[in-house]
Amino acid sequence: MNIWVNGNIKTFISVDMTIATLVVTLNLTGKRLAIEKNGELVPRSEFVNVTVKEGDKLEIVGAVGGG
Amino acid sequence: MHDTQKHDNYQQYNSQQDSLKIADTYYQSRLLVGTGKYKDFKETRAAIDASGAQIVTVAIRRTNIGQTAGEPSLLDYLPPNKFTYLPNTAGCYSADDAVRTLRLARELLDGHKLVKLEVLGDPKTLYPNVIETIAAAKILVKDGFDVMVYTSDDPIIAKQLEDIGCCAIMPLASLIGSGMGILNPWNLQIIINNAAVPVLVDAGIGSAADAAVAMELGCDGVLMNTAIASAQHPIIMAAAMKKAVEAGRESYLAGRMPKKLYSAAPSSPATGMIEKLN
Repeated sequence: MNIWVNGNIKTFISVDMTIATLVVTLNLTGKRLAIEKNGELVPRSEFVNVTVKEGDKLEIVGAVGGG
Repeated sequence: MHDTQKHDNYQQYNSQQDSLKIADTYYQSRLLVGTGKYKDFKETRAAIDASGAQIVTVAIRRTNIGQTAGEPSLLDYLPPNKFTYLPNTAGCYSADDAVRTLRLARELLDGHKLVKLEVLGDPKTLYPNVIETIAAAKILVKDGFDVMVYTSDDPIIAKQLEDIGCCAIMPLASLIGSGMGILNPWNLQIIINNAAVPVLVDAGIGSAADAAVAMELGCDGVLMNTAIASAQHPIIMAAAMKKAVEAGRESYLAGRMPKKLYSAAPSSPATGMIEKLN
């Protein structure tokens, strides 16, 4: 399945994956981040329940230096 | 915010108790700093330590996907339990994008409510779009955020943002990153006099003198990034800004002498002079 992650297409073998699994697959375990799926915020507590499907658009963000 | 409790004499004044109250939290430092444009995280931390700032702004950006495991992050150098993070909406040009960004920030920072709203209108000048700013402020306040809002130095807009429920009004001194200093002190004065919430100058500060002038006008605080990060020696400038904000605050509280073209009132006694020769 193909999904958009931060503006780039990523291909995954799995066709039914939770956001929690996606985070592990993307090697982001333990990072402080927040995720939006198709423009809607996904609370961290929901990572284990919310699944991604073909064509979904994810934004994965963190805090960086800024003024 | 116009301070009606100016101190009558020095015995009542204790700088330790002169704290800045934002959304029911008290801060000893009236200098808020950004965390961008530094050489590295180590310099970021050293400059922020030298500034004495307790509130630091951060931006929300896409995480690098790829070989980033174990790579140090800003949060390693500025632990969120030691500093109050102020996530911003830098780079947002619409109310919707700003609201989305701050909802992500709140999630990222475990429900943290204090945010800096800025909605820009033009990539060349980074001048704020106050119409989108007002729209975003309404949504965010309703959604439970404590909104510190960056805006133009228009007193009417500043008052509207306060009426919406923003917890601090942050007019520009001059354009973001310009270092041009305070271009319209009279508008800032009107905003300060009209406000019942803290007013902080945000953007445009270039030197320590600018920060002191902002505080002498009666600003409750100053927010800056480039003035420190782009100084030849950021850590020394951070220390200078700390002193300037403190000095400006005390100068404001002390109440300056009236300006006179000339006074014919020298500081030394006019009597008791030795007898003139001749």
